Amino acid sequence: MTQQDVTRLQGIFGRNPREPGSLIAVLQDIQREFHYLPREALSETAKALEVPLSKVYSAATFYSAFSLTPRGENIIRVCKGTACHIKGADLLLDQLESGLGIKPGETTPDLKYTIEVVNCVGACAMAPVMIVNAKYHGNVPCNRALRLVKKA
Amino acid sequence: MRIDSVDKLNHWREKCLKKRAAQKRKVLVCLGPGCLASGSDEILGELKKILSEKKIKGVSVESIKKTGCHGLCARGPLVVIEPEGIFYSRVKKSNVAEIVETTLEKGELVEKLLYKDPSDEQTIVDYKKIPFYARQQRISLRNVGQIDPDDIDDYIASGGYSALARALNGMKPQEVIDEISRSGLRGRGGGGFPTGRKWATCAGIDSDIRYVLCNGDEGDPGAFMDRCIMEGDPHSVLEGMIICAYAVGSREGYIYVREEYPLAVVNLQKAIDAAHERGLLGENIMGSGFTYDARISRGGGAFVCGESSALMKSVAGEIGEPRAKYIRSVVRGLHDKPTVLNNVETFATVPVIINKGGDWFASIGTETSTGTKAFSLAGKVCNTGLIEVPMGISLREIIYDIGGGIPEGREFKAVQTGGPSGGCLPADKLNLPVDFDTLTEAGSMMGSGGMIVMDNRTCMVDVARYFLNFLVSESCGKCVPCREGLYQLHGLCVKICEGKAVEESLALMERLSKVIQTASLCGLGQSGPNPFVSTVSYFRDEYLAHIRDEKCPAGICRDLITYTINDKCTGCLACIEVCPVDAITGEKKIKHVLDQEKCTQCGSCYAVCKFEAVDIE
Ligand SMILES: Cc1cc2nc3c(=O)[nH]c(=O)nc-3n(C[C@H](O)[C@H](O)[C@H](O)COP(=O)(O)O)c2cc1C
Ligand code: FES
Repeated sequence: MTQQDVTRLQGIFGRNPREPGSLIAVLQDIQREFHYLPREALSETAKALEVPLSKVYSAATFYSAFSLTPRGENIIRVCKGTACHIKGADLLLDQLESGLGIKPGETTPDLKYTIEVVNCVGACAMAPVMIVNAKYHGNVPCNRALRLVKKA
Repeated sequence: MRIDSVDKLNHWREKCLKKRAAQKRKVLVCLGPGCLASGSDEILGELKKILSEKKIKGVSVESIKKTGCHGLCARGPLVVIEPEGIFYSRVKKSNVAEIVETTLEKGELVEKLLYKDPSDEQTIVDYKKIPFYARQQRISLRNVGQIDPDDIDDYIASGGYSALARALNGMKPQEVIDEISRSGLRGRGGGGFPTGRKWATCAGIDSDIRYVLCNGDEGDPGAFMDRCIMEGDPHSVLEGMIICAYAVGSREGYIYVREEYPLAVVNLQKAIDAAHERGLLGENIMGSGFTYDARISRGGGAFVCGESSALMKSVAGEIGEPRAKYIRSVVRGLHDKPTVLNNVETFATVPVIINKGGDWFASIGTETSTGTKAFSLAGKVCNTGLIEVPMGISLREIIYDIGGGIPEGREFKAVQTGGPSGGCLPADKLNLPVDFDTLTEAGSMMGSGGMIVMDNRTCMVDVARYFLNFLVSESCGKCVPCREGLYQLHGLCVKICEGKAVEESLALMERLSKVIQTASLCGLGQSGPNPFVSTVSYFRDEYLAHIRDEKCPAGICRDLITYTINDKCTGCLACIEVCPVDAITGEKKIKHVLDQEKCTQCGSCYAVCKFEAVDIE
């Protein structure tokens, strides 16, 4: 961790009450700032909140919002909720996987793209849905998936 | 301005209404999830740009109103022009200038953007007359799509916080509980527990601290009612919570919002801040001496956290593992204190009941399921979107009269309700009335209100496999029947999809389902086998086709189908471009060739072919 990272981490600890109950909130803040949970950040969190590292790890792996590996500059989230599933979400994934050469949960080696699979993003009426960074795309035909990603 | 008495509230409402009346012309742009996904943010940007440059009588940038979901997402992006209620659908960025010139300047209609009824090609101008809306009755969704969620005064002008005023001034806490009990309101989050009884239990326990929590986890994949309410009308949820807090004697609480709903968090936070500023939340609410405060707690993306005891652990900063419920959470909930947890839609309904009375609410719907229920209609149905209907309406009316039937002239096959805890009902159940008890009897569940329509291109074994896979990954792992049982059930289901199962598997799976249902710790496991149990009882032949004939009649299970290209192929290259494994070769205008060795049966070619030149077998 760089000195700058440590300062950012201290800032997060400062914003939250220093008590075990803040664990999830702190991890959420770290995830938002660093886009993943760096190993050192987990041990620092354990010290700051006075909870065992095992408990921090348990929370970090329980909730799907947290990632233990660095993620790409562009996050592509493909919805695999029920509506999207029956409307062909798998086809979007096939396109993205073959086009970017990675599987869901993975990041391209140049750290440009990460594919994530999510369980419903609440736009089911427009299934299949894909979110590129913060932008929602509905009714995505499979042959447009890759183009939408490259345009981002 | 702080509102510190009922008189002040009434006074302020008059003012807000006057302001509203002065600005008759309004352009409503829908920013609900559906319309956002079809680009309504760009419409809004363009409209702002044009109106800030142009001078039109009675119209300015101020006339634009951002609203939550209007409901008819399938036709989005939607723009509604008030006061006439002109309904423009499928609006593109390039249409905005025309709307401004033709409708706002000249007062004429842009014909091509009007709603056309698919049955008779009639155009309908006023959206209340569109069949999709005409059959609905909106209570919990009363303001969604009508008001600007960021503007507390718009909510107040629509009668907002008047129920709270009525409760705080003139009703004793017990009278509030009685009114809710009289309404027959049952929880909208899935369990259908009587809300009045829950409140009464909480109020009856001797304790220094009580909590009132709102469940905005909406983990059911395929449901988005709660998202639309939190984003489109956050104050109605807050008002319901404050009324509940007054009734049970709580001073603080949380709204638990799922990770995937960032806009809901933003809008709720704005609502909380605005209510504080107006004196409607926090210390001494409306000068009554009553104090209640609510904060947002963000979920971490785990389905099981929608379960009450898991949710309370998650709010307390722990991992969301449910506990055994020999003591209910209303008795020992958050931080071991008595806690009321209700769903978003439940709370949003409360103010209307307080204003119009429990008897009025109970007169709607059926005897045991009173009132209305919001549903999100998705899947293979024409009018996908958000609806609210009286309980007791038939599935057929929802799917055909409101939903407009199945697209592309395909055949209806099943409707899935209740999400991962629910089941699939076949065509001969379409006349069943939609209420808590009937759906449960039929082997499904009301659930939170997700309703997914399936046609004959949906494989029911694949649907069961899908839900089991979902549940295996979402099971918290604490109890064995759920963790191991669902895992095995899923494994057997996968074998069926691959054509590698034996007929005895079905009996084994049914037995296993019983064990999981009886022995699991929480609702996730107890209802987990439902998607399998309901599909195997209604669509047994489809299971048998997979097992005996190694065929997937719907043409979905990849291991059991082959794709071929027939003579209708015009050589347009579309399938070659899309094939992710380069299995198709050919040249322009020459029939393409599919290499079965390379083909992974994904069906992308079938999806993009415009000439019906791809066959599935
Ligand atoms: C696995 C599981 C997931 C649940 N998810 C939700 C949910 O996302 N939203 C919700 O309101 N209730 C959910 N519930 C139901 C809650 O436990 C609880 O009954 C409900 O929030 C109570 O509010 P109500 O009476 O207003 O429905 C879930 C239950 C289980 C067992
Ligand atoms: S199922 Fe994909 S957005 Fe809900």
